[in-house]
Amino acid sequence: MNLSNHIPILIIAIPLLAAFLVPLVGRINKKATGILTTLALTASLILTIALAVKILTVGPQVYVFGATSPSLTLPSGLKFPIRIMFEVDAMGIFMGLITAIVTFLGAIYSLSFMEKHDGLDKHYSLLLLLTVGMFGMEFTGDIFNFFVFLEIASIASVALISFRGTDLGEPAEAGFKYMVVSSISALIVLFVVGIFYGQYDLLNFAAIASVMKYSQLDKIALALLVPVLAMKAGAVPMHMWTPDAYSEAPAPITMILVAASQASLYALFRVTFSLYNINLNTLTVGWVIIIFGLLSMFIGVTMAIIQKDIKRLMAYHAISQTGYMLLGVGVGLAVLANPVALQKYGITAMEGGIFHIMNHAMYKGLLFLTAGALFYRTGTRDLNKMGGLAHSMKYTAIFFIVGAAAIAGLPPFNGFASKLLIYESVYRFNPLLSIIAMVVSILTLASFVKVFHSAFLGPKLPQFKEVKEVPRSMIFAMAALSCIIILFGLFPGLIVKNLVHPAVVSLIEQFKYTSIVLGGM
Amino acid sequence: MIDNFHFIVVIIFIGLGIYTLMFKKNLIKIAIGVCLIENGANLFLITLGYKKGAVAPIYTYAPSGQSMVLPTPQALTLTSIVIGIATTALILSIAMMIYKHYGTLDTDQVRRLRG
Repeated sequence: MNLSNHIPILIIAIPLLAAFLVPLVGRINKKATGILTTLALTASLILTIALAVKILTVGPQVYVFGATSPSLTLPSGLKFPIRIMFEVDAMGIFMGLITAIVTFLGAIYSLSFMEKHDGLDKHYSLLLLLTVGMFGMEFTGDIFNFFVFLEIASIASVALISFRGTDLGEPAEAGFKYMVVSSISALIVLFVVGIFYGQYDLLNFAAIASVMKYSQLDKIALALLVPVLAMKAGAVPMHMWTPDAYSEAPAPITMILVAASQASLYALFRVTFSLYNINLNTLTVGWVIIIFGLLSMFIGVTMAIIQKDIKRLMAYHAISQTGYMLLGVGVGLAVLANPVALQKYGITAMEGGIFHIMNHAMYKGLLFLTAGALFYRTGTRDLNKMGGLAHSMKYTAIFFIVGAAAIAGLPPFNGFASKLLIYESVYRFNPLLSIIAMVVSILTLASFVKVFHSAFLGPKLPQFKEVKEVPRSMIFAMAALSCIIILFGLFPGLIVKNLVHPAVVSLIEQFKYTSIVLGGM
Repeated sequence: MIDNFHFIVVIIFIGLGIYTLMFKKNLIKIAIGVCLIENGANLFLITLGYKKGAVAPIYTYAPSGQSMVLPTPQALTLTSIVIGIATTALILSIAMMIYKHYGTLDTDQVRRLRG
């Protein structure tokens, strides 16, 4: 048995096994639950990196469940793939890397952050299940399997959002909203599964894509899928759940939730590019996605400026940054049918959008962690009550500056690299869009200057005399994210060339995605 | 028309569910609305697997020459029912927590998060 063939399933199986071991271990030793979780997620992270190296050097990997050989997609005598399979291409592993990094650091941060809470075993168990759901959504090559993992991720994240709901009302309220939103989107996805199955008798993404007739029913399926996946990704005008859920969840969970909503964003791109691709009227669908992006960017940032709750403010910024990704990829989709424009600026726009997904996960994660650090020491999220914290929390202040500079798109941080790619390519598509994106970026900077001023600057306040720096595991998680941000900011060319460009190419070239499953057909 | 009767039932289920979600103010009724949509989606899947005159795919006593049903939609529906139970349980337990803290199930009064 060659173990390296089984990496895709091991990445999911290890956290899944650990998720059910954690409550058992918690009976014996409360402290051990966090360590077991961290170990499982470390294993996942290492395996994800190994898989990434393999995919980027060898090519997309397929893992078939229950077949005699894990890469046997077509059982003998059958002309269509009938088994459940994972199909991991450059785009899937790009998202997988984000998930692996974010969940690993989230678990480390939780070690100190959640220490004083009850029910730690349940917290870690749910965290691991959320990880499983996210990895599954990104790796799967089967639309029904996608629905199952979407539900696993939703249920785990709802339980985590309302984790403090036993003591407080607000987390339960936020959890209820997110639960209703995510069950509706999952059920619509299930309905679309029915539409595809009824027409083609297939459930495999690649196989459906290869026989897609683009009938009226397929158009209805697309019209159902795009809004619900955008809703799960938190795009305006379906964003009402985002600020509540992000602000009420514990800080490390908020960071993971950002990555979880990006997994839905990934699904949106997977559906439009790998499932429909050139078949659809790319200009119209591209513009729909661009308009979602514009609305998210602008409404997100204007709502953020007036917030007083630090995590709610950051949550609105998360909506606004999602707009950049939708804008970049939407422009790429709009010019997909036009090879000249695609080569000229379409690919660059998509690179910007996709690179921004990773950058956003890193710096928004860092910002939410610093907000969590402030909450951990001061016990409040209200900006008007904070002040002068830079005196006693020096490291947190530095990490906050790094995150704020990155989200505002200042060089040499990673936000600058991806935003510049988006500006220059979108300008050639439509100058107005690029200008709006720049204005939003300036407003973002203004808003974070305000946060920095009211939380960190000023004289030392008497009520925060006892405040000191946060524990080491929280510092470690924030420092690791800061290092990644600076590294990506200093060497963006390296990342774009080796990670982002292959991801974009694997989205655009639908045939490559389908041919690996269908073999020589 | 009569052949498509089951699709009409599906649409009635989903439509009622969406109506409940949009116009009802009680958290328990919202949970019922989600259940209705779920039932509609399940019914849609299960009707896709129906084939007139075909038998269940069990080889042992199958009459020869008769067509069999591919059991995929049934398997999908079973999975989705199990997931649906988890969803419903979670929604109801969160509604319980909300009732404990707010003392009401009216959505107009459960509004501490705003802005």
